[in-house]
Amino acid sequence: MANLKTTEKKSKAQSMGMHSEVLTGRTQQKFFNPDEAENFYYFGTYEVDFNKRTELDVKNMEAPEANKKIDSLMSEGYGTIVIKNPQGKHSLGVGILNKLNLIFEGSLGYFGVGSCDGPSVRINGRVGWSCAQNLMAGKVVVEKNAGSSFGAAIRGGDLICKGSVGARTGIDMKGGTIIVGGDAGAFTGFMMQRGRIIVLGDVGINLGDSMYDGNIFIGGKIGSFGSDAVTSDLTSSDKDWLKRKLKVAEIDENFDVSKMTKIVAGKKLWNYDNLEPTEKKGAI
Amino acid sequence: MAKKIKKKIKNKKEKKIKLGTSKETAREKMIGQHIGYRYDVNMLPDYKKITPFLKKYVEAMGWDDLNWLEDVHMGYEEGRPAVFCRNANGWVTIPKKIKLPNDQQSRDMIARELLIKFQMSPKHPLVDLKKAYKKG
Repeated sequence: MANLKTTEKKSKAQSMGMHSEVLTGRTQQKFFNPDEAENFYYFGTYEVDFNKRTELDVKNMEAPEANKKIDSLMSEGYGTIVIKNPQGKHSLGVGILNKLNLIFEGSLGYFGVGSCDGPSVRINGRVGWSCAQNLMAGKVVVEKNAGSSFGAAIRGGDLICKGSVGARTGIDMKGGTIIVGGDAGAFTGFMMQRGRIIVLGDVGINLGDSMYDGNIFIGGKIGSFGSDAVTSDLTSSDKDWLKRKLKVAEIDENFDVSKMTKIVAGKKLWNYDNLEPTEKKGAI
Repeated sequence: MAKKIKKKIKNKKEKKIKLGTSKETAREKMIGQHIGYRYDVNMLPDYKKITPFLKKYVEAMGWDDLNWLEDVHMGYEEGRPAVFCRNANGWVTIPKKIKLPNDQQSRDMIARELLIKFQMSPKHPLVDLKKAYKKG
């Protein structure tokens, strides 16, 4: 319980008895040797060759079977896999923790290429809800439109949709970059904590609602701003980065980035460091 | 006059020793403690400062840019420069023998390179975990 009598003398945090809290993680210097030999693969992942290519027809397969087959092909060293007839199946291409060139000749259903870490994926069709959710690293390119919650909770990597996306794009994202060539729906960047969203077209209502950190760049019209989302000045470093990213994304390289609107957090909702220790004490 | 100049130099030295420990932002002053992981999470990378190692890494992965490493920055833990490893869920402190440049952009590039080396090392804590718990 906060000591309300002494709040005048002490800071708000001190009166709540928070000063025993130390914001540190585990130090792991003992594991670290900066002179390690160059090795660009995670320990225990498959060594694949991008030039070794194969095709996989998943027309008569369920998603778990197809995903196991992809894993098996990677273990044989195939670095480029083309998936034929995905036919909008859900949860295809999930959990790939390897570098890989994966191409889908068609559209995906819900939760396509979720929880991946490393692959470069190209989808020559549309995707349903929550495409590439929890992406850690890699690149996902969707040639047509995407459903809602596009890139939900991604941590890293590049997620590109050349068409338009639904609502709640980048909800709860904690890193990475989402690039949309067309328009985006309502609540784009909802509760985003970090990372970057670029939308070249228009966005719906409540843009960046309750965002904690991160950057949103909008090329078109904005329906309305969400709670704590504010505009910020576009710096020269922002412009350079935007040009580079649009080139990487293969989307309209000649787009005039200087006319884009930058949206950041107003930081009025930054109360976690006050609330967390209090909640911990309550739980104990 | 000379004394005043000496004092100023002393203060600068003290600041260097307390790297990342002082309460500088309004938020830190308000809560009365230093936030160890404080750095600009929104800082975009300056590709002019990319290291040769990172160039090779990007090429090997088949990407066109730093990809997920854009979110990696050099932070400070217990007054020492460190980089956060999301896989080990802990700060990896930068060895003392590495001399760090003054600007944050160059430091971020070094942090990215060291993080890759740490994550790809057979000494990474996940290696033992994988051996113990990997299915199949």
